[in-house]
Amino acid sequence: MPSTATAPVIPAKRELTTKPRFSDKVFRGIVTAGGSASLVILGLIALFLALKGFHVLATEKFSFITESRWEVLQDENGNVVESTFGLGAMLVGTFLCAVIAVVIGVPIAVLGALYLTFYASYGIKKIAVALIDLMAAFPSLLFGFWGFFILMPSAEYWAKLIHKYLGFIPIFDVPAPIFTRSPFIAGLVLAIMIIPIVTSISREVFDQTPLDRIQAAYALGATRLTMIKSVVIPYGRGGVLGGTMLGLGRAMGETVAVYTVLNVVYQVNWQMLFGAGGNVASLILLKFGEAGPEEIQALMAAGFVLFLLTLLVNATADFVVTRSAGDRR
Amino acid sequence: MDDDKEKSKENMKTQVASSSLASVAGNRVQRRPGTSMLGTGLGAHNIHAWFGKKHVLSDITLDFAAGTVTALIGPSGCGKSTFLRILNRMHEFIPTAAMAGEVLLDGQDIYALGTDVTKIRLKVGMVFQKPNPFPSMTIGENVLSGLKLAQLKVKNTDDLLESCLVRAGLWSEVKDRLKEHGGSLSGGQQQRLCIARALAVQPQVLLMDEPCSALDPGSTFRIEETISELAKTMTIIIVTHNMQQAARVSDYTAFFLSDGGPGQMIEVATTREIFSVPRDKRTEDYVTGRFG
Repeated sequence: MPSTATAPVIPAKRELTTKPRFSDKVFRGIVTAGGSASLVILGLIALFLALKGFHVLATEKFSFITESRWEVLQDENGNVVESTFGLGAMLVGTFLCAVIAVVIGVPIAVLGALYLTFYASYGIKKIAVALIDLMAAFPSLLFGFWGFFILMPSAEYWAKLIHKYLGFIPIFDVPAPIFTRSPFIAGLVLAIMIIPIVTSISREVFDQTPLDRIQAAYALGATRLTMIKSVVIPYGRGGVLGGTMLGLGRAMGETVAVYTVLNVVYQVNWQMLFGAGGNVASLILLKFGEAGPEEIQALMAAGFVLFLLTLLVNATADFVVTRSAGDRR
Repeated sequence: MDDDKEKSKENMKTQVASSSLASVAGNRVQRRPGTSMLGTGLGAHNIHAWFGKKHVLSDITLDFAAGTVTALIGPSGCGKSTFLRILNRMHEFIPTAAMAGEVLLDGQDIYALGTDVTKIRLKVGMVFQKPNPFPSMTIGENVLSGLKLAQLKVKNTDDLLESCLVRAGLWSEVKDRLKEHGGSLSGGQQQRLCIARALAVQPQVLLMDEPCSALDPGSTFRIEETISELAKTMTIIIVTHNMQQAARVSDYTAFFLSDGGPGQMIEVATTREIFSVPRDKRTEDYVTGRFG
C-alpha cells in the first residue's frame, strides 16, 4: 500500500454494545410486561368501545356529537323501527358540570395547598394530608348521597340568591323556578370530589419551590404573602395547571355522584341553576339497564367519545405541565 | 515577630502563600471605621446557636463598625455561615434552630420581642453562595424585586435601577438587555445581579455568604471590586474560604474554628495583623495552610 502520509486515516465508527447479563434480561422482561400491561388494557378497552360503537358512529356520523336527540322507536314486538342518537345535550352538560367544579374546586384546593405548605404546623399538616388523601379514596356514591341530602337544601338557597342578584346574566337565568338537582349543585359535588387530587398535586409542586429562591425573597424583606406571590406561584403555576386538568378529567368522567344529584334530562341546558342537565357518563348509567341491542351500541359509542375526551384533557394537562416545567430550572 | 516569619519562611513552602497574603493585606488601604453616614454598625454579643440539641456556636462577640468590611474565615463546619445568618434573622428558617445572645443594629436588639423581622432584613441585606436570581423575572424586575416583595414605594424606579446596577458593576453589561430573563446571564453576572437586587432596598449592612465560591476568577475579581466600592456606603460582612480574597477585600478578619464541639471565634483583628502577626497559633496554622 502506498503511504499517504498527510491524510489522517479516520477509522470506521465502532458499534458500542454491552452484553446484558441473564438476570438483567429477566428483570427487563418483567418490568416491560408490567409497563405495557396498562397500555395494552387501555388500548383494548378503547378498541372494544370503538368496534361495538362503530355501527352507530358510522350511521350518525358527526351528528352523534352535535345532535341532541336520543330516541328509539319500537313496534309492539320490540323491534326497532327508527332510532336517532346524538350526544349534544350530554356533552354540554359534561362540560358545564366539569367547568363549575373546576371554577369552585381549584381555588379552594390551591389555597389549601398553600396553607398546608407554608402555614400549617407539622402536626396539622400530617393529619390534614392524610384526611385529604382519604377523601380521594372515598366512594363517589357517598358524595352523591351527601350532595343530595345535605348539600342540596343549602345549595338551593344559594342558587336562588345568585339568580335573584345575577339573574340578568344568561347563565344564571332559569326558564322555570326549579333550583334543585341542577348542574350548579352537581358541579358543587364534583368540586369537592376534585379537591383532593388538585390539592395534593399543588402541594407537591409548592413543596419543591427551591429554598434558595424563598430565602432570597425573605432576605429582601418579603412577607410570607409577597414571597408566595413572587416566588411560589410563578414556580408552581405549571403544576397547578396540570392538577387542574386532571381534576377536570375526573369531573368529566364522574358518573354515580352526578347521576344521584342531577336531574338527567335530554335537552341542551346552559342555565346552570336550572334543575335539568346531564353528562355522558350518567346517560350511560341511566340507559344501560333497559337498552336494546342497538341502543347498547350507541352507548358504547358514547363511551368511546367520553374516552377520547378525557384522553384529550389528560394529554393537554401533560403538555401544559412539561412546557411550563421549562420555567422552573 | 519578623524573625519568626523569616524562620518559618525557610522551613515551610506554604509560608510563601502566607507572606504573600500578608503583603496583599498590607498593601491595601485600611478603611477607617465610622466614615459612613449609615448608622453605627452592627454588634453581635454573646451569640450561641443550636440546631436541635447540637450546640454549633459558642459565645461569639463581634462588633462591625459602619463602613468597614469584615471577613469571616475558618474551616468548613465552624459556624461562620450560621453566625452570618443570625445577623439578619435568616437562622430561624431552619426548623429546630435556636440562638442566644443579642444582635444590635443601631443600638436596637433585632431579636427583641415585637420586632418586625421584614424591616430587619431590609436593613441587613444578604447575598448567597449560589447566584439565585428569580427566573420568572426579567433582569430589571429582578433588581427591583425587593420593592415589590417588601411593598416599598419608590418614585423613580428607573434611576434606582440604574444606580443599583452601576454600583454592582453590572450596568454597562446589561443596560441594553434589561427585559431579558435573569437566567440568560453568566454566573458571575447573575451574582452581581443579586448584589444589585440587595442594594435596591438600601440596606445598611450587606451580608455575603461565600459570594464567589461558585464563580471563575474573572467574575470573582469584578465582585471584589464591587465590594470595595460598596464599602464606602455600607457595612459588609463576608464569609469566605478564599484567604486571598479575605486579604484583598477586608479591613478586619475573624477566624472561627470548631474543635469538634461548638464553633468558636479564635481571634479577630485587622486583616493585616491576622495575615502577618496572628496572636493565636491556630490562626497562624490556618492562614499558612497547615490545615483547613
